[in-house]
Amino acid sequence: MSRLIDYAAWFAAACAGLGMLLATWRVIRGPAAQDRVLGLDTLYVNGMLTLLVLGIRAGSGVYFEVALLIALFGFVGSVALAKFLLRGEVIEP
Amino acid sequence: MPVLTVALVAMWLALNDTVAPGQVLLGIVLAMVLTWWAARLRPLRPRLRRLQLGFGLLAVVFVDIVRSNLAVGRIILGLVGRRRVRTDFLDIPLDLQDAHGLAVLAMIVTSTPGTVWVGLATDRRTLTLHILDLDDEQKWVRIIKDRYERPLIDIFQP
Amino acid sequence: MTGIESPWVAVPVVLLLVAGGLLTLVGSLGLVRLPSFQARMHGVSMGSTLGLGCIIIASVVVSSAMAQRFVPHALLITVFVVITAPATAIMLMRASLYRARAKSAAGRGAETEG
Repeated sequence: MSRLIDYAAWFAAACAGLGMLLATWRVIRGPAAQDRVLGLDTLYVNGMLTLLVLGIRAGSGVYFEVALLIALFGFVGSVALAKFLLRGEVIEP
Repeated sequence: MPVLTVALVAMWLALNDTVAPGQVLLGIVLAMVLTWWAARLRPLRPRLRRLQLGFGLLAVVFVDIVRSNLAVGRIILGLVGRRRVRTDFLDIPLDLQDAHGLAVLAMIVTSTPGTVWVGLATDRRTLTLHILDLDDEQKWVRIIKDRYERPLIDIFQP
Repeated sequence: MTGIESPWVAVPVVLLLVAGGLLTLVGSLGLVRLPSFQARMHGVSMGSTLGLGCIIIASVVVSSAMAQRFVPHALLITVFVVITAPATAIMLMRASLYRARAKSAAGRGAETEG
């Protein structure tokens, strides 16, 4: 049974990794700047999922903290980039 | 007891994954300081009238998240047959006026794939959404108004 | 290796992991397949709602089974993502509309001047 979880975790990690590749394609391809920001947003969500799945596989709590930090910083990064696209400035006086 | 303080203590304990007395005390002190600090930052206070109605809303939203995920997945994979999928903006007349209720509505709309919040008119009377599969405008207006807005009005507005 | 042998734990975890992975993959595929920016935003929210939800629940089940008690801390990620997702989505949507408007206005300006 433990082995089955291991296979399922590899499958989920492969899916999330493939999702990261697709998101990277969108970041490179564009065409508009907001497409690239959306691609980065997907990239960090998929990266976080990969880490969570690896954490399940390893049975370790360390991955959880990294995933939480990625969620925090990814959100701040996406909002800063979106704000920049909207107003041309991130922090307005 | 303010809701924010309780939520912060719960979050602190979940983050540390413990119920040790020292951590509980530290969490309560931290939560009270942060609540006091946040109250100075933002004077608008939520008034939760009937919080117990929130559980029903949560169940409805959970079912809708599962359903809309499957619907959007079908559209992405092209499993909708020959039907042409119409993607467009939709204006919805809004009766919900409470700022916190609107914030929860924004979370619900964003969490269900297939709908994205575009904007609110400055008088808070019209909500614009972007909908991936806009087959029937009246159906979507009914979904937003009956399933989400009505319980939110009951919870947040007197 | 998790060392979980009970099928009552393992089968739901396997199903949740497979479903979460597939949902995430389909959502990211939407980023490539859907025709317009606004449409692509819907695909992305698949991965960060049900895809994330499935994997978080699997994580909670596994860590609870390993510790022999309820370990809810992975749920914090869900709470956090649900609270923050609207901010990103609304900003990106408004940025795309603003930029489309600015572009078309600039295009018209160039035509009348030229």
